[in-house]
Amino acid sequence: MKLLFVFIRKEFYHVFRDRRTLLILFGLPIVQIILFGYALSSEVKNIGIAIQDNAHDIHTAQITEKIQSSSYFKLQPAVSNYADIEQQFKNGSIKCALVFPVNFGADLLRTGGAQIQLIADASDPNTATTLTNYLQSIINSYQQQLNPNAKISYEIIPETRQLYNEEQNGSLNFVPGVIALIFMIVSTALTSVAVVREKELGTMEILLVSPLKPVMVLIAKAIPYLVLSLINFVVILVLSVFLLKVEIKGSVALLFAESILFIITCLALGLLISNVTASQQTAMLISMMGMMLPTLILTGFMFPLENMPVLFQLISHVIPSRYYYIIIKNVMLKGLGFGYVWKETLVLAFMTVSLLAIALRKFKTRLA
Amino acid sequence: MQKTMENKAIICRELTKEFGDFKAVDRISFEVNQGEIFGFLGANGAGKTTAMRILCGLSYPSSGEATVAGFDVYKQQEQIKKNIGYMSQKFSLYDNLTTLENIEFYGGVYGLSRPEIKERSAQLVHTLGLEKEVKKLVGDLPLGWKQKLAFSVAIFHRPKIVFLDEPTGGVDPITRRQFWDMIYEAAASGITVFVTTHYMDEAEYCHRISVMVDGRVEAIDSPANLKARFHTDSMDEVFYQLARGAKRTAD
Repeated sequence: MKLLFVFIRKEFYHVFRDRRTLLILFGLPIVQIILFGYALSSEVKNIGIAIQDNAHDIHTAQITEKIQSSSYFKLQPAVSNYADIEQQFKNGSIKCALVFPVNFGADLLRTGGAQIQLIADASDPNTATTLTNYLQSIINSYQQQLNPNAKISYEIIPETRQLYNEEQNGSLNFVPGVIALIFMIVSTALTSVAVVREKELGTMEILLVSPLKPVMVLIAKAIPYLVLSLINFVVILVLSVFLLKVEIKGSVALLFAESILFIITCLALGLLISNVTASQQTAMLISMMGMMLPTLILTGFMFPLENMPVLFQLISHVIPSRYYYIIIKNVMLKGLGFGYVWKETLVLAFMTVSLLAIALRKFKTRLA
Repeated sequence: MQKTMENKAIICRELTKEFGDFKAVDRISFEVNQGEIFGFLGANGAGKTTAMRILCGLSYPSSGEATVAGFDVYKQQEQIKKNIGYMSQKFSLYDNLTTLENIEFYGGVYGLSRPEIKERSAQLVHTLGLEKEVKKLVGDLPLGWKQKLAFSVAIFHRPKIVFLDEPTGGVDPITRRQFWDMIYEAAASGITVFVTTHYMDEAEYCHRISVMVDGRVEAIDSPANLKARFHTDSMDEVFYQLARGAKRTAD
């Protein structure tokens, strides 16, 4: 036990004296949270819109006003022809446009039906769809306003609710993903580099010749990063709650327990990588490319897994962060208890035990 | 029998290590006396490292017997590790730890108590004249000092035997000379020194040397006797005559 303490203290010296490590350790989470929370927001807000009003009547004015008052859109100066609209699309000042035909109001009243044109910049298809949906709902609500007493024999009014995220806070989806990503970086990359560094320095030899048991060496290497990852976890949670206004709905204790499990998974991966690589660069590269990219892409936090080709969906099943992401999302955002995440926990636990066993075996066979 | 065992720091009998068909170490037998400086020579690839790993408790032999500090290499690796010190050509200190932290760490790894570490490190720092460097990072020390410090750390827990794997690589001749003074001091205090080297002038400093060729110990004697046997006055010549018959290429 005393041995372990001596060793762990030494590991902390390493961490706190290496600026690079410190930067990755504490700078990265903060940068990532801010990046994903603000810069990479998928919400639609203040989108430039141009309105070409060829009718200039009371109806077009009222619809325009409705659009203007919505926080989704930012009205650009009125345009009078299609060339202007196209010009604005090209220079990026608008992402959608609305065209009222001549006689819009007159058609509406006389024939009971008027047409309106919505144009959206579909180079970003998701945003384009969202925008046209918003516009349609604005127009629909105006339409209902026009006929308050109209008798429609059959009417279906959809009552939509956005469950678990009524305010449509985009940060919600990112936070669990960012947490998984950061554990991957801190626990996997830093641990593998820390072990490989000792190999490069030749100090690993000395440790192996010493009475320290190989298992102890691995544990002592892993514990500091477990502690630091947990500190990071707290930092991320605090940032998420106070900066991104993400509400933690589930049990914090369960979140911590699941996170410790996932950190150990990452540590085992890091130790495994360090056992099969000889240089710090290789270890870094494998951790970054081999672990971070799949985490980013195949966990479902940036791109929905359901839309991917079957092959990728299959691959995603062996990515540990996929399960952790589901667990965290369920507990943190939906407030679900252990009863709803035990399956994912089991998979994660199984992966962890297997990875640890392989890492230990590799470590030992290297000695024989 | 028991009596002689106690006086010998290392005993090898027919020690063999095979990797598949390849005999890295081929039935080597030798004994090292307590307090002796024993030079373990051989070209690269001759099997020195493999043999040394077995003696340090890092790997198991395929056959044969060996005891280190009286402990069996098959069954008592833990005991062996507690009773030996080890220093490699990389000096193996932590660059971003201070001199004192390095000493404390290795002392702790070998299970020394806090007061012991305190007392011995003060003594060590004084002997090495490192008082001003105690709080400096080892990475900022000159190579020669690092090497002396690495050796001192290797014998800090007062092992019975210290294994030195090419301990003077890349060090200037003057520092090497001073380093050997330290080795003599250690040997005088009763520590057995088992050293590998490629420098033949260093081989001359050893009490006895063995020369490994293709996994076998081809010669074992004092430098003076070996030179007499090969009718030459240089160890270089002795080594060359023994090693030129090697069939294995260096690794």
